Amino acid sequence: MANAVSMKISSVRETGLDSNVLGEMFRRMLRIRQYEDAVNFLFLQGKLAGTIHQCQGQEAVAVGSCIELGDDDYITTTHRPAGHCIAKGMTLHSMMAEMFGKLEGCCQGKGGSMHLGDMDKGVIPAIAIVGAGVPISSGVALGFKMQKTKKLAMAFFGDGAVNEGAFHEGINLAVVWKLPAIFICENNFYGASTHISKVIGTETIAERTQSYGLPVETLDGNDVIAVYNSVKKAVERARNGEGPTFIECQTYRRTGHSRSDPNKYRIQEEEAYWLSRDPIVLFRKALIEEKMLSESEIVAIETEVTKEVEASIEYARACTDPQPEDALIGVYSDAEEGN
Amino acid sequence: MAKMSIVEALREGIREEMRRDETVFCLGEDIDVPGGFGGAFTVTLGLSTEFGHERILDTPISEAGIFGAAIGAAIAGMRPIVDVQYGDFLFCAMDQICNQAAKLTYMSGGKLKIPLVMRAPVGATTRGAQHAQSLEAYFCHVPGLKVIAPSTAYDAKGMIKAAIRSNDPVLIFEHKLLYGSKGNRSEASSLSPTGEVPDEDYIVPFGKAAIRREGKHVTIIAKLLMVYKALQAAEELAKEGIEVEVIDPRSLVPFDEEALFTSIAKTHHLVIVEEDHLGWGWGAEIAALVAEKAIYYLDAPVKRVAARDVPIPFAPIMENYVIPDAQRIKAAVREVLI
Repeated sequence: MANAVSMKISSVRETGLDSNVLGEMFRRMLRIRQYEDAVNFLFLQGKLAGTIHQCQGQEAVAVGSCIELGDDDYITTTHRPAGHCIAKGMTLHSMMAEMFGKLEGCCQGKGGSMHLGDMDKGVIPAIAIVGAGVPISSGVALGFKMQKTKKLAMAFFGDGAVNEGAFHEGINLAVVWKLPAIFICENNFYGASTHISKVIGTETIAERTQSYGLPVETLDGNDVIAVYNSVKKAVERARNGEGPTFIECQTYRRTGHSRSDPNKYRIQEEEAYWLSRDPIVLFRKALIEEKMLSESEIVAIETEVTKEVEASIEYARACTDPQPEDALIGVYSDAEEGN
Repeated sequence: MAKMSIVEALREGIREEMRRDETVFCLGEDIDVPGGFGGAFTVTLGLSTEFGHERILDTPISEAGIFGAAIGAAIAGMRPIVDVQYGDFLFCAMDQICNQAAKLTYMSGGKLKIPLVMRAPVGATTRGAQHAQSLEAYFCHVPGLKVIAPSTAYDAKGMIKAAIRSNDPVLIFEHKLLYGSKGNRSEASSLSPTGEVPDEDYIVPFGKAAIRREGKHVTIIAKLLMVYKALQAAEELAKEGIEVEVIDPRSLVPFDEEALFTSIAKTHHLVIVEEDHLGWGWGAEIAALVAEKAIYYLDAPVKRVAARDVPIPFAPIMENYVIPDAQRIKAAVREVLI
């Protein structure tokens, strides 16, 4: 790790993206951060049930990966899903209502923090079994390919997933069937509290994965533009029928693994490096330095997002509690249709 | 009408549905490799001639991957039929079946459909402990799955067609010794329950049991191969003047309670027969249902006949001892009538 930490990211201007799209990327990153901070606060206040796995610090991976996708491209996400859901366009209202266990929640209160999803936005209910979403993404891609569409599937998973059999089986199927799939590995260096160096024998996850026969890349996942540039190529490959891509985005949690984790196991030097490179701060700086957004435009976005998060909490609080017997509905699709 | 074995009936059911709906496709290990087997028991043999290898998709040996891929394809709007060669291999895909397929509809608040058919051959056929199990009860226990077990050619075709049209994940258990005795992959001790199968489109809806033999003294409820063992026992007992009614539930989840209760209201005696292990199993659930809801119909305690609680052994002498046969069923019937 370098002594002088670089605060530079890839060129914003060279992406060719206009300031509307760049502003939307910034807005979504901020929305993720503020939503997660608000959820954490609500949790500490005892307003929310269950547990939380938060993604503050990993916003660049989610937004850089999803901004090129349409609502009809599908993603799988994990027990740490909020960033991907927001990046893919889900509303804070539907997510916050789910966190409060309300009927208006994106899963009608049946899912909770680890199963957020909304098929209208192409987000399959989050899969909280580590690695299990990888073959499911390959299957979505298989379906899209059989239907002769240009749609694609993207799987998000952490470094902890890459030693699961499902990861290897899923990647292999995508390669042998040349599927329109993109595998985004969010390497935040810890599977719960266990450091990556204790569980994998190669320097990077990408170099091990490459042996399946697909293009791989390892990049700075706190650089939203680096993520975007890489995913853009992968999207083109997928839509052109050239098969899957694996992208390892190195990033870092600014919080613990879950609600009660104070991060005591982390390496100090590593932590200092990553925490000094906040992806939102880096992107904000680049947007202003390259004159894509003005300070006042950015402040306006920040103000709007703050209000939006507050509004989502107000909304969620006022939503409807389920009846206990609502637990009995929705187990089978056919039953709902009277078959 | 045509006379068909269960293998032929399943194949015809799949063929008709694939013709009717282009989202239906099959995937699995060795399901129709040119020069290969057509699946471990030939159900999909030759289907690629009509539908090509895109819709009869051979896979790596990779059960978690295959089931995950099938779930994903179902989410994308397809109707996959997964073949698992031997039911025992379902354990390799347990997470995908029980955590993913069974729960995604519910977790999504009912918005996501998983139209998925999973075909699993079961039953002991002198292959030893890992290619022999009867696994129905494991999956009956998981809310979100439907479980069917056809034992005749008519039901096999009608039920696989219903399964393919279902919007829910369906496990269809097929017994290796009921596929039929024809063909080079058939089992030495196979029964050949060929039956009349209509040419026209029909389905056998889930949740309706079939009465395979009427009788007034004892009800036997049995599934898959044990239906035939029960019928054999009933035939022999008839010579002694004991009239046995044999009920084949066909559909395990949903289950036709009414048919069972109606029968025991008439016979007042119940014997439950299955090839799965005795302990904590399907038969125990049937006995509990009767105890809770219909015990006053009974004149005697229920009796369960099931595989003894050991892994299935190889040697035919031992395998035959572990798996129920007509003798054990007859003994149980006599016992409840004392």
